Amino acid sequence: MFELSADGKEFVKKELARYETIESAIIPSLYQVQKENGGWVSEDAIAHLSDLMGIPEARINEVFHFYTMFNKKPVGKYHVQVCCNVACAMAGTREMTDMFLDEHKVKEGEMTEDGRFTFTRVECLGACDKAPMMQVNEDYYEDLTPESARNLLRDLK
Amino acid sequence: MEVKILTEHYDDDNFRTLEGYKAKGGYVELEKAFKMKPEDIIAEVKASGLRGRGGAGFPTGVKWGFLPNNGETRYLLCNADEGEPCTFKDRMMMERAPHQLIEGMIISAFAISSPKSYIYIRGEYVYAAKVVEKAIKEAYDAGLLGKNIMGSGFDHDMDIYLGAGAYICGEETGMISSLEGKKGQPKLKPPFPAVQGYLKKPTIVNNVETLAAVKYIIRDGAEAYKKHGTEKSAGTKLFSVAGDVNKPGNYEVPLGYPLMDLINNECGGMKGGELKAAIPGGTSAPIITAEEIQKATLDYECLAEMGTMLGSGSIVIMNDKRCMVDMLKVISHFYHHESCGQCTPCREGTGWLHKLVGSVVEGTAQETDIDLLCEVANKMKGRTICALSDAAALPVLGIVPKFRDEFQFFIREGYSKVKGQAHA
Ligand SMILES: Cc1cc2nc3c(=O)[nH]c(=O)nc-3n(C[C@H](O)[C@H](O)[C@H](O)COP(=O)(O)O)c2cc1C
Ligand code: SF4
Ligand code: FES
Repeated sequence: MFELSADGKEFVKKELARYETIESAIIPSLYQVQKENGGWVSEDAIAHLSDLMGIPEARINEVFHFYTMFNKKPVGKYHVQVCCNVACAMAGTREMTDMFLDEHKVKEGEMTEDGRFTFTRVECLGACDKAPMMQVNEDYYEDLTPESARNLLRDLK
Repeated sequence: MEVKILTEHYDDDNFRTLEGYKAKGGYVELEKAFKMKPEDIIAEVKASGLRGRGGAGFPTGVKWGFLPNNGETRYLLCNADEGEPCTFKDRMMMERAPHQLIEGMIISAFAISSPKSYIYIRGEYVYAAKVVEKAIKEAYDAGLLGKNIMGSGFDHDMDIYLGAGAYICGEETGMISSLEGKKGQPKLKPPFPAVQGYLKKPTIVNNVETLAAVKYIIRDGAEAYKKHGTEKSAGTKLFSVAGDVNKPGNYEVPLGYPLMDLINNECGGMKGGELKAAIPGGTSAPIITAEEIQKATLDYECLAEMGTMLGSGSIVIMNDKRCMVDMLKVISHFYHHESCGQCTPCREGTGWLHKLVGSVVEGTAQETDIDLLCEVANKMKGRTICALSDAAALPVLGIVPKFRDEFQFFIREGYSKVKGQAHA
């Protein structure tokens, strides 16, 4: 059973008091769960949040399923999100994603066998002047080339 | 030429701190605003001709005037969701000048008598959110937020809210639903947010750039602000330029600036080929051809006359190596992915468009499908809760007629007319 850390529980408590309605705390709390649960949110974590927040599970699930940034299944230690919207597609990110998937022998959205990577194509991340770009966990990597991107992934600690 | 009003100090690393911001005249206009009557600030903003920088270009002062006088709590929401593809100006504004936004927001909040505001930031902008959050804390510590700001008697609280990945939360009523802790689904208007918004209270939603600009209207006055731009498009605006130019980036130019000048001067000219087309205003805006670009000026009226729009101020420049079928495929994928699914024409239509363009690329389409594409797009317009459906239809209705030959060629030959057989 997933349970938030003491700090995590404290965070949720503060969020519940932060906004005009307690439901506004759902998104921040899901982020906290995701952070503590290795990058994704499990069903039992939703039940746990429901208890903690006094909000029905169905209500939390509604929010959880609407937003793409909450991962519904385990992801690799590094979640590599490659922007494949217009400017980045023009700069070759679709081919770059295929290269990643090929080299790591994995399907989009699946985790590599060693648990290091999950690759996902995402929409514009607002760094189009630095295309091609991708986001690995919270960080942006810009002005990539296939080589620099490959090296970057290799060197992630 | 760039005219740097908002971006004058963006190269100064210190500008993002309270100290550095104050050294460049920061919060001087807030003090000035507090000596004005709220209704006079609204009148000044109205007189400046400032139009919303988030996409629709609605006159800001007019919107503020829609607030009912019923004694209800009013909220101010800053739209920092910046989801329109290829727009990246709000991110820069928040990262380089968080206090400029905060000051603009406090002035605006004072003008509309709002005790509470939120900056709704898209979930991916983690860094920008950190910068803004830190700046808000600095402002509280310096007595620029909270109770009795600068001894004015005005109280105001400000907070940020981080989204979690949904383009539709950029639509104002979707954003309000999201902030209320629900799915970010838009609601039917009217009632408009100014009458019934966040928690059903009167709410003003404005873009980052709109709110930041308010500071400079107070600083220079409406008349001086209007000196830049055209009659119907006042002031300067940030344009996010991406694609086939040598120097992509954000540039602040007066509205009415020729697009060719932006490409050749600020952006260092074309890269990798000759100019073929441009998508102004975010990917929802219909494409314009090289010929049209020669005559295009960056203001609301010129682009509207050309059947497209200024939108969010993003511009994607394309050279003659770009296949328009491929571009439309990328664009239609986006809208299909982002439709919230509430309205049938949008949910079904975006799916159809994506499938039809896909079938052109995969070689399973017939020539009649070209007209079908336009027919589907036409049926998606003006009949849904929010404008996403139109936003998905418009690019089709721009690209398909203007580059019909490329679609025909692809269907007949099974490969791109532009890229050739080698890429088939
Ligand atoms: C599908 C859709 C997405 C939108 N996305 C954004 C956005 O990311 N940022 C924004 O400022 N406005 C966006 N808008 C426009 C907002 O609904 C709203 O008009 C705007 O925030 C008002 O601010 P302004 O008057 O200062 O431009 C979007 C509209 C639609 C229909
Ligand atoms: S038009 Fe599309 S995105 Fe907008 S509310 Fe309807 S289904 Fe949702
Ligand atoms: S298109 Fe990739 S960051 Fe905008």
